[in-house]
Amino acid sequence: MTGTPAPAAQAPASAGDGAPLLEARHVSKYFGSVIALRDVSLQVHAGEVTCVLGDNGAGKSSLIKTLSGVFPPDEGEILVDGQPIRFSGPREARAHGIATVFQDLATVPMMSVWRNFFLGQEPTRSFGPVRFLDQGRAKDVMRVEMAKMGINVSDPNQYVGTLSGGERQAVAISRAVYFGARVLILDEPTSALGVRQSGIVLRYVLQARDMGRGVILITHNPHHAYPVGDRFVLLKLGQVMGSFTKDQIDVAQLTQMMAGGEELAQLSHELQRVSGDLPAARAAAQALAEDAARTV
Amino acid sequence: MDVSTPTMPAEPGAGQNDRVVTARAVTRVFRRPEVGAALAAVAIFLIFALDPVSQPLWLSQAGLVGWLTQAWQFGIMAVPVGLLMIGGEFDLSAGVMTGSTAILTGLLANGFGWNIWLCIAVSAVFAVLVGLFNGILVVRTKLPSFIVTLATFFILRGTSVGLVEALNANSTVVTVLNPPAGADSARAIFGGTVGASPAYPVALIWWLVATILGMILLSRTTVGNWIFAAGGEPNAARNVGVPVGATKVLLFVLTALGAWLVGTIQFTAGLSAVSEQGVGYELYYIVAAVVGGCLLTGGYGSVLGSSIGAAIIGMALQGVIYARWPSQWGFAFLGILLLFGVIVNAVTFRQAQRARR
Ligand SMILES: Nc1ncnc2c1ncn2[C@@H]1O[C@H](COP(=O)(O)OP(=O)(O)OP(=O)(O)O)[C@@H](O)[C@H]1O
Ligand SMILES: [Mg+2]
Repeated sequence: MTGTPAPAAQAPASAGDGAPLLEARHVSKYFGSVIALRDVSLQVHAGEVTCVLGDNGAGKSSLIKTLSGVFPPDEGEILVDGQPIRFSGPREARAHGIATVFQDLATVPMMSVWRNFFLGQEPTRSFGPVRFLDQGRAKDVMRVEMAKMGINVSDPNQYVGTLSGGERQAVAISRAVYFGARVLILDEPTSALGVRQSGIVLRYVLQARDMGRGVILITHNPHHAYPVGDRFVLLKLGQVMGSFTKDQIDVAQLTQMMAGGEELAQLSHELQRVSGDLPAARAAAQALAEDAARTV
Repeated sequence: MDVSTPTMPAEPGAGQNDRVVTARAVTRVFRRPEVGAALAAVAIFLIFALDPVSQPLWLSQAGLVGWLTQAWQFGIMAVPVGLLMIGGEFDLSAGVMTGSTAILTGLLANGFGWNIWLCIAVSAVFAVLVGLFNGILVVRTKLPSFIVTLATFFILRGTSVGLVEALNANSTVVTVLNPPAGADSARAIFGGTVGASPAYPVALIWWLVATILGMILLSRTTVGNWIFAAGGEPNAARNVGVPVGATKVLLFVLTALGAWLVGTIQFTAGLSAVSEQGVGYELYYIVAAVVGGCLLTGGYGSVLGSSIGAAIIGMALQGVIYARWPSQWGFAFLGILLLFGVIVNAVTFRQAQRARR
């Protein structure tokens, strides 16, 4: 990844003393009368995957939005390498090598794949005093990065809106991997994906971890979280219900804590209804049903 | 993970590529937003070239200058207005601004007898301020620019007319009788003509320059990337670090400066300005941009297309005169073109949406 235009290229300020790459300390966030987050603390260490789990509306997205500079916390603080920081916006978080795949992907449908890939951090080339987009390099880098994700972009000018859901997700993820030199945040990256694509995304998470980055993975699915996660943080109604390392908990306990058995049975039922002929999907539905039975 | 069970039917890679290629063949035509406008321009040119009444004049140089003289007034503005529309905003004060800047320059020249270049420079500062006002108000209040700039439109219209009548013995025309210093050079640069018969307005060069600069800005620079994103998906853009607000403010300033350029060209041509000059023209700019392929909702469009759209308006308005049709036909023409443009844009947009799975 040499010569990236990204601040990604900045050397890790590795204090090496184990200070977390990114940390939220006693963070609270209010939206009017809604308490989105209350006294939430979370650490992201290098080479570790921190999974944030919780029901809809638990505050997961609010948490990662404060961590990626979309809005400041109302109380508490964000720390980068142990130093308190107040991001002026997502641009500054990105400059610290923190890149996020937002739940809505933050892609622009009527823009081409390569423009989306570099949006906000465009590589430029100077002609005298004027700086122009370096289209050639942008397209090359984008192609290479997408290929790493196992997707061949035949036409870099294709609109992102015309990509499939999985391909679009891959654009958002590969972009974040490219710019998230230090911390990669993924907000439900598997939510809109097929079973196979989910597996690919989870593989990216492990790759990023192996590159020594810190990863936050948000998901509703304990079967996605457990295999890749090192730490698990459970949110409920804006509060941390529990924080575990992998050896403190197994997948059944994790599932039990996330949701009641009835909800799982419901989920399994729905999955069965939509799974059609896909054996893998049916197997997943089956697995959920078993979880449900176990937790009742 | 058991996600890669061997029982999963492997998807043939070649088949997938075929799908990509066919999808692209369909969308490729639509990918150039100015294509529709270019075709419409050719069609309209042919209509007046084939009409026996308009034909002789239409195909002469004088006829060309005639419609180009209509077109450049829309064309110079269609560039920033198109960019603004791609950035997701409107400026209904753009038309009256061409008059306000011309009037301001005239009043300054009359009142203080300054060098005309100084008056023009002060007008430029005024234009930047109006652009900042519009832009910052829209960005800060998050109100629709439609309503904010409608307010600016009325404010500017009221003040220009009021000022002119107050300072000018109730006349609605500001005429500079004793040409101040710099009038000749300013005329040569802005409002002058080149050649004798027919005389081509210098403004055509400004139109060309504005179009080329606008095209470069939109497709070759970082700011161009931000303009598309700010109009297409402002939240997404902000979340990946695009300064959406600053981009929009810049577009409002560019629009005001475009109006200043048009106003300056018109003023220096005859050293006079009329108080209601430009009022109502903002709609022509919007028509030009839409006919040129800019999406009303932002995020998609073309500078070249907007300029072609302006040329179409010029041809339609002037052509009906050459053809001796009742002049209202020009407006009917424009209406049909506008509908055509909007429908083509909507189809384009849906094309991109439908392809999503
Ligand atoms: N911009 C906002 N304005 C008002 N309320 C908000 C806003 N963003 C989030 N909330 C509220 O904060 C709470 C937490 O929302 P959040 O999006 O963080 O949940 P989540 O855990 O990500 O849920 P999901 O699993 O559905 O994505 C919700 O009750 C939501 O309604
Ligand atoms: Mg969420």
